[in-house]
Amino acid sequence: MIAQAGASFVNDLFNNFWVVLVIKAVLVLGFFLVAPLVVGYMEHKVLAHMQARLGPWYAGRFHGWAQLVADGVKFVQKEDVIPEAADRSVFSLAPAVVMIPYIVTVVVIPFSHTIYAENLDIGIFFVLAMSSVSVIGVLMAGWSSANKFSLIGALRAAAQLIAYELPLVLAAAAVVMQNGTLSLIGISESQSHVWNVAWQPIGFLIFLVASLAELTRPPFDMPVADSEIIFGAYTEYTGLKFAFFLLAEYGGIVVLSAVASVLYLGGYLGPPVVASLLPAPIWMAGKIGALSFFVIWLRATYPRLREDQLQRFSWLALVPLALLNVMVVAIVKIAVK
Amino acid sequence: MAVDADEVRREGQPSIPGLGLLKGLTVTLKTMLRPAVTQRYPDVKPDLPARTRGVIALKEANCTVCYKCARECPDWCIYIDAHKETHEPAGGGKGRSAKVLDRFAIDYALCMYCGICVEVCPFDALFWSPEFEYAEYEVDELIHEKEKLEEWTYKVLPPPPLEDGAEPPAESSGSQSAGVPGVETAPPGAAAATVAATSVPGVRSVSPPETPAPAAPPAAAPAEAVAVSTPEAPALKAQPAPSTEHKEVSLDQETFDRVLAELLDKGTDRRVAEGQARRAAMIAARKKAEEG
Repeated sequence: MIAQAGASFVNDLFNNFWVVLVIKAVLVLGFFLVAPLVVGYMEHKVLAHMQARLGPWYAGRFHGWAQLVADGVKFVQKEDVIPEAADRSVFSLAPAVVMIPYIVTVVVIPFSHTIYAENLDIGIFFVLAMSSVSVIGVLMAGWSSANKFSLIGALRAAAQLIAYELPLVLAAAAVVMQNGTLSLIGISESQSHVWNVAWQPIGFLIFLVASLAELTRPPFDMPVADSEIIFGAYTEYTGLKFAFFLLAEYGGIVVLSAVASVLYLGGYLGPPVVASLLPAPIWMAGKIGALSFFVIWLRATYPRLREDQLQRFSWLALVPLALLNVMVVAIVKIAVK
Repeated sequence: MAVDADEVRREGQPSIPGLGLLKGLTVTLKTMLRPAVTQRYPDVKPDLPARTRGVIALKEANCTVCYKCARECPDWCIYIDAHKETHEPAGGGKGRSAKVLDRFAIDYALCMYCGICVEVCPFDALFWSPEFEYAEYEVDELIHEKEKLEEWTYKVLPPPPLEDGAEPPAESSGSQSAGVPGVETAPPGAAAATVAATSVPGVRSVSPPETPAPAAPPAAAPAEAVAVSTPEAPALKAQPAPSTEHKEVSLDQETFDRVLAELLDKGTDRRVAEGQARRAAMIAARKKAEEG
């Protein structure tokens, strides 16, 4: 029933283990450095137009396409300030701890049945485990900054992760139960007839909402609520380290959009009838783009949830709903068998 | 935009959970699909309304050095220097004297743009110009002399057409008011509906309003008026003699009746219709006079 994935295209080209390793690492890193910039630029432009503005216009001469490159150059030039009372080593390590889990997650994202870095049997487990590591980096940043706003932000982020990790995992678990595999390629391939979103629309919504909260994206951006705690755990950061946090945020949007498309939207498979019109990587990129657009759209539309509303929403709405979802899927699965 | 949600509540529709959230999404999406309102200012100059109060400009030929503007200015930011010249008339008799403007400067570091000088000027020498890009690096350089003030008059736009229902301007009975400088540069069709704007180009007269003569009188009469009031104004000298261009005309009754009937049929308010018809009739009459 589960279609077998082909070998990764890099393995087809080269035999040497080390060459393959280096090439895969470079490709993954390259993807992680480019895709978030595209999403970031999209956020600039979409947010601007949703507010009847133009957004970036001058950088790169054409509709400000190079704005984020220019921003990156600016961040590099900035002074790297570390507060006197800060725990220097932890303070410096935190951006890496936030960013690396998302880079690692890119490894298992498939762009076709041969274009991927690694096809782990426990793919979705790996993704969910990794994406919750980054909150440790946020906690490190908040604690080591020796700043009350940073600390409050970090604790809010941690509380939010605990609250929303549960519905996220439960929603993913329902998909895994239905498709009978943890591998992201396996999940994609088993949706060749009908996408999972058709069976589990509620699961899809739960997953989307929970990933938004995981990424502390609006309307769940209480941990960085600028009107009360400046910029949460990132308040004391400057220059390149601050840029890493931003990169991690947009990288997170890309990764969780990719995972959501794999789990619910058929991954790199096009819609059943017109799938052959475009190559698989284009379908995957299009789905990541569409979901990222949705994430930005929500930011432009909704005000921030209050901290208590945010917790209440997860524990009293999403978690029971996700449990129910799992139960229904399990019952249907056994009944159909 | 937020009104949509309010309307739903007011109409008391049964609220579907999440409906408001979806409405919010459509609002942002619609806004995204509409063109942005951003003005790309340094690249694209703003399209300013005709009455924009950007800077005060001076039509030097209209200035009689009466000092009213300088005296009324609350900031004392207007500097005027002038001297008196006396001319012996050719045929003998008492000499005619005239004031000649030497310096007219406005200190825009002091000016608070109240517009009182424009209001009090009895001869329409001061105008609001839409120009606004005259920043300087030094405060001293914000004192702009009359040459610069004159340049700004080139940007003065003809006044916008009257709104429906507006009372026709008092001077609209076909008489000439002092020339609006923008009229010279504006295309004739763009000239506004007020008859004030349709004064004959080239006549920078400060002559008092004249009632239209029944037939086109010899053009010398208004020209003489000009000559008397500002005999030595330098700008006037540079101009071609106005008398050759100017023809006094009266309303073209046929056009007036036709346009008036058309407008009344359209349901235009009688006062507005009369004003617009009078303007059309004046233009038609002037055209005829030029051709004939």
